[in-house]
Amino acid sequence: MTSDFWSMGGYARYVWPCYGIAGAVLAWNLWAAGRYLGAAKVRAARALAMASSEAR
Amino acid sequence: MWTWFYKLASPPYVYGVAAAFAPWLFGFAALAIGYGLVAGLGIAPADYQQGEAFRMIYVHVPSALLSLTVYTVMAVASGIALIWRIKVGHAVAAASAPIGASFAILALITGSLWGKPMWGTYWAWDPRLTSELILLFLYVGVMSLRSAFEDPLRGDRAAALLAVVGVVNVPIVHFSVVWWNSLHQGATIVKLGAPSMPGSMLWPLLSMWLGFMLFFGAVLCMRLQAEVLNRERQASWVREAIK
Repeated sequence: MTSDFWSMGGYARYVWPCYGIAGAVLAWNLWAAGRYLGAAKVRAARALAMASSEAR
Repeated sequence: MWTWFYKLASPPYVYGVAAAFAPWLFGFAALAIGYGLVAGLGIAPADYQQGEAFRMIYVHVPSALLSLTVYTVMAVASGIALIWRIKVGHAVAAASAPIGASFAILALITGSLWGKPMWGTYWAWDPRLTSELILLFLYVGVMSLRSAFEDPLRGDRAAALLAVVGVVNVPIVHFSVVWWNSLHQGATIVKLGAPSMPGSMLWPLLSMWLGFMLFFGAVLCMRLQAEVLNRERQASWVREAIK
């Protein structure tokens, strides 16, 4: 039963890469968005710090 | 009546809404995708013609539909930004482009993987496949154009114009299987009339579609926060927002 599931009726080499790549694309989107947001927060904090030091 | 629309033009309001919505959208997306995976891979019966290979539909169709939906969102946001000069529109368009491009790539790769056992080839210059490839090129063009200008405002406007013009490709992708002879099968769920699938196969597909849409919403919220911060980093409200 389990081996039937993993063999996908002989189409395993197409079905599983399909799901693997989909998982990778979802994970990349999550990772890249988190990284982009983190970098934007750092840049904004730096800009605010520079602006306040110039004001002094 | 239009208060909500005007509020969406306010960067701090949009930043706050996006920050509040993102975790909820991720949570619901995980639930919908989880159910879709279990039901699609384990419960739905094999197709009488394609056998187990049909299970690729549960990632291919949602990613292809999402690539079209995201482009439409990007074009509408660009149109709003151009017509009403609302900067948040450019931010939404900029945040949408990489997400849409990634799902266009996913649709093309999963389509190729499905095409090999069914058509005997990974690629054919078929109307549906070719128009989806053009959609990917449009995403790449919009992103490249935005970053090609030193003045961000000019980059935003040029990219918005291309996004609006390129939206003509969205109906071409969708109706390509109707307008021309195509190797690709016809519409399964987005069409006039009832879906051409039994419920046991359809519900997991709808769940995966919903899950992908919610996932897009969540990632869009994260990227939108970043785009708003990049555009408003000198504004006083940002200090409170990034604490």
